[in-house]
Amino acid sequence: MARLLEVQDLVTRFYTEEGVVHAVNGISYTLDEGESMALVGESGCGKSVSVLSVMRLIPNPPGRIEGGKVLYNERNLLDVSDNEMRSIRGREIAMIFQDPMTSLNPVLTIGRQLTEGLKLHLGMNDAQAKNRAAEMLELVGIPNAADRLPDYPHQFSGGMRQRVMIAMALSCNPSVLIADEPTTALDVTIQAQIVELVKQLQEKLGMAIVWITHDLGVVAGMVEKVAVMYAGYIVEMASVHSLYKHRRHPYTLGLLESIPKIDQREKERLATIKGLPPDLLEEPTQCPFAPRCPYAIDKCWQENPPLMPTGPHHMTACWRWEEIREDMHFGEKI
Amino acid sequence: MSAANGREVLVQVKNLKKYFPIRRGVLQRQVGAVQAVDGVTFDIYQGETLGLVGESGCGKSTTGRTILRLLEPTDGEVLFQGKDLTKLNRTEMRKARRDMQMIFQDPYASLNPRMTVGAIVGEPLQIHNIGDNKSRKERVQELLGLVGLNPYFVNRYPHEFSGGQRQRIGIARALATNPSFIVADEPISALDVSIQAQVVNLMDDLLVELGLTYLFIAHDLSMVRYISDRVAVMYLGRIVELSDRDEVFDHPLHPYTQALLSAIPIPDPEKEEKRQRLILEGDVPSPANPPKGCRFHPRCSYATDICKEDDPQFRDLKQNGDVDHWVACHHAENFV
Repeated sequence: MARLLEVQDLVTRFYTEEGVVHAVNGISYTLDEGESMALVGESGCGKSVSVLSVMRLIPNPPGRIEGGKVLYNERNLLDVSDNEMRSIRGREIAMIFQDPMTSLNPVLTIGRQLTEGLKLHLGMNDAQAKNRAAEMLELVGIPNAADRLPDYPHQFSGGMRQRVMIAMALSCNPSVLIADEPTTALDVTIQAQIVELVKQLQEKLGMAIVWITHDLGVVAGMVEKVAVMYAGYIVEMASVHSLYKHRRHPYTLGLLESIPKIDQREKERLATIKGLPPDLLEEPTQCPFAPRCPYAIDKCWQENPPLMPTGPHHMTACWRWEEIREDMHFGEKI
Repeated sequence: MSAANGREVLVQVKNLKKYFPIRRGVLQRQVGAVQAVDGVTFDIYQGETLGLVGESGCGKSTTGRTILRLLEPTDGEVLFQGKDLTKLNRTEMRKARRDMQMIFQDPYASLNPRMTVGAIVGEPLQIHNIGDNKSRKERVQELLGLVGLNPYFVNRYPHEFSGGQRQRIGIARALATNPSFIVADEPISALDVSIQAQVVNLMDDLLVELGLTYLFIAHDLSMVRYISDRVAVMYLGRIVELSDRDEVFDHPLHPYTQALLSAIPIPDPEKEEKRQRLILEGDVPSPANPPKGCRFHPRCSYATDICKEDDPQFRDLKQNGDVDHWVACHHAENFV
């Protein structure tokens, strides 16, 4: 399949009063047409900043994209003019945000917000845009779609608002959809509805998806590729099956073992990753996970491991990846 | 007081209700009520962890707060060691609270930013007149050590700590008066995954070490299965199912529990692919105007005419001989 998006050595920093925050430290990944991938990590690992950089939505100041390339259809998005970027955003690459309560404008009708992009990007007139908006609402499963266009966001529930957000993002038929924790603010039953909806829409419309989440469970059933982020680095990237089966990075190991399994009867103590994520104010020279890693050796403290191929469709940034077995417990001696 | 199965009952909740009035107009006349908790009945046994799960707005937090009378109940009884808490006056209630404490959800909002950690953890001791200044100070340091914080942190302020550490401070505060019963209201949902496990393990250790009893309120079902001995599932102000943990998770009898369990994502792509999902239609109805009959019937795929008319009783269908399995569904027998 054709390559759609290629992120190369992306570096984003924030210049704050306390110092320079190294939010994204040279990450690279690719996305093919119609492919779905997930960026997984805990808060502050740089997953959101990395996609906001791709969209060029980093507030400057304090943020600055300091290096790397974002190739979209072989064009570097970091070089295009603001005007051109505006025509790509929403039209080619669309985004849905975490909080459906705050990312819709409360004083504008849903219809107005849905048609705005259609008129701007696709040059539709009022009637056409309205028709298309109603069509999109129907597509995301909102009953009596045409009648709901004059309604305001507060007249919709949380799950429905997220559906409206998805309708809005997909209305211009983008080729990439970036979903930034779209289900985190929702209840599990509603989350299941939204995940199912996005999966169906992807099959129908064939867009590529970047799904950002902290929940390793949500992505297991819905994406093909997973990148695990830690402290602004991708520490492990693999096809979804390979990642869950042949995890090679101690962080991935610990993360998966710190979630209790819903189908597990006997109680095994949860693995804990001791300590806290690192302070991003310091430029790391060692492996960023070394201070919390039970397997850290001298080399880990001296040199930051690059992402290396560790299997078919599998890359890991760990010096000791060969010794990490998939069946071992986090903290268990090698 | 002891139950039929020989386990000591610590807390007995009987037909507890909490309605919040809806007022309208210039005269603020009451035009309706949000039936946040509408008649829940359950026991909590000594030394157990009872998990209370449900989606947002189902009344699980209100239940926890009403039990401790942080909210005044509209109706019903809460017996704590046989004493009805709802009948106590302010002074008696304050005394009784020594034995029951709460851990809150948001470790950022539940600690006063202007107080030092020492003052926060020591405040319950001061309120209940326990010990003198010197012994309080020692107790605070002991408590900090107990929850895995450095005892020398007493003079620091909450903003100097991470989320997980703050939650530990909240736990230390709850433990200060040596309570026997703790209501933990979503104690880990604001924390990152790797930190959640740390706090849950700590709570588990303290339960054994100090002989505590927990009411653990959460919406994360896998965590609830992990920490609880028994699990109660709430929907729209009612408990719809209550039984031993493995009973509820392996043989759910209420259609809502079945849907809730099937909605949980499993972090394993192979299992996910094989799974049959029950996806619930629609949203939770408003508790100000709950549906007639069974409250779940508009979203239930098994609903029949009786479900639209009659409110199902919360009854005990004993399973595997003598395991209590309470469920409120007309058709529960068909799911056995």
